[in-house]
Amino acid sequence: MSTKEGLFYSEDHEWVKKEGKIVVIGISDHAQSELGDVVFAELPEVDEEFDQFDNIGVLESVKAVSDIFTPLSGKIIEINEELLNAPEKINESPFDEGWLIKLEMSDESELDTLMDSEQYKAFIEGE
Amino acid sequence: MKKTPLNEIHYELGAKMTDFGGWDMPIEYSGIIEEHHAVRNACGLFDVSHMGEIKISGDNALEAVQRLITNDAARLSVGDILYSPMCRENGGIIDDLLVYRTGEESFLLVVNASNQIKDFNWIENNLLEGAVAEDLSDNYAMVAVQGPESKKLLKNITDLPLDDLAYYHFFTGKVADKEVILSRTGYTGELGYEIYFNPSDANHIWHKIMEAGKEYDLKPAGLGARDTLRLEKMFCLYGNDIDETTHPLEAGLGWTVQYNKDNFIGQKAICKFHDHGFERRLVGFKITGRGIARHDYEVFAKGEKIGSVTSGTHSPSLGKSIGLAYVKKEFAKTGAEIEIKIRNRMVAAEVVLKPFV
Repeated sequence: MSTKEGLFYSEDHEWVKKEGKIVVIGISDHAQSELGDVVFAELPEVDEEFDQFDNIGVLESVKAVSDIFTPLSGKIIEINEELLNAPEKINESPFDEGWLIKLEMSDESELDTLMDSEQYKAFIEGE
Repeated sequence: MKKTPLNEIHYELGAKMTDFGGWDMPIEYSGIIEEHHAVRNACGLFDVSHMGEIKISGDNALEAVQRLITNDAARLSVGDILYSPMCRENGGIIDDLLVYRTGEESFLLVVNASNQIKDFNWIENNLLEGAVAEDLSDNYAMVAVQGPESKKLLKNITDLPLDDLAYYHFFTGKVADKEVILSRTGYTGELGYEIYFNPSDANHIWHKIMEAGKEYDLKPAGLGARDTLRLEKMFCLYGNDIDETTHPLEAGLGWTVQYNKDNFIGQKAICKFHDHGFERRLVGFKITGRGIARHDYEVFAKGEKIGSVTSGTHSPSLGKSIGLAYVKKEFAKTGAEIEIKIRNRMVAAEVVLKPFV
């Protein structure tokens, strides 16, 4: 199971990559592995606004339904449309092609509530 | 949690495990979709040792079995198998099971793991005189070898004449030098075999099958693939699609009810449903919109609730979302347009009455 350096992580197993005011959000390698083959993704609409930890969509594996929570507050500026037809990218490339959404942060200080990759590694080992 | 004799092997193989009716069972090894395709295109090996086995024997065993099940065990010669519901007086399905005729007056009933104790109590309480029931579930381990390559594979480790074994028949003999019951049965809709043996032989038999399976691309397969495989063939799963609140006719199991045989438990009620009709029917559906239906999701047509989903999944063979649902009888027609409520969204679906694959 890999984690990726330079990202922030939530306890719900989302990762966050900061690109200025914008963040890219996805689910971790650990999360995709726990979920199994992802066969359906339901993502929010562009321009929708959410508070930190709001439910913003759903990923479904063959067996299970699992909610996606936004680790940060803000406005959706882009969703990964590719996933609607190729949700398996979440399994194949969770940190890259399998990204879920891009969000414009409304409160950058919330980043301080997330874990770095070392902390996240310890978190999943302790789970 | 209860463990099958193959439990350690599942952990060694890195399976994801789940609590399935009190049993610690593998849900997947390499991934449900990969295992599903292995069974459809090559072969898969399943541990199904959690299944229960109940023996009914004695001078009056045939009559005793006949009273308990809706199908006709008198049709069976020794070596034959049939599928049957076992019902309550009101027609509610206690379990669905396989009946192996192992002797003139000896039968082995293979029952769902989650129902084993309930079934055995029911059988004991409703057994005719001159018959004896024994719960032999601890005496048998069981694996299923399923898929188009399963026969070729097994020929490497048994001398039993598999070419002469028809669907729903069984042999007793040796596989990998161990005494087994080997039947041409399964829950996948593919050519396949189920093998019963002494639990102490489980590791040996599993490894011999895995070894022989290398050249046939055999993969160990878990309950996840077992579920997608059976759902594509529209086989009922007890606890999802059928239970004590459903009767065989509405579940589409009318072909397993033999009205002409002597008194069996549930006969009166089922005859009444047959003669006077019933309200709902189990149907297949494929989703034409976007989403996956799950157990208990509501089904609508023209804004009115007409039923509920009993099983739903992503079909790996079709790449589509499919399922089973009870709907009002007027909607049990091929192509009928229905809607399924998925998280407050109405998603279009279409009724399908024949197996999806």
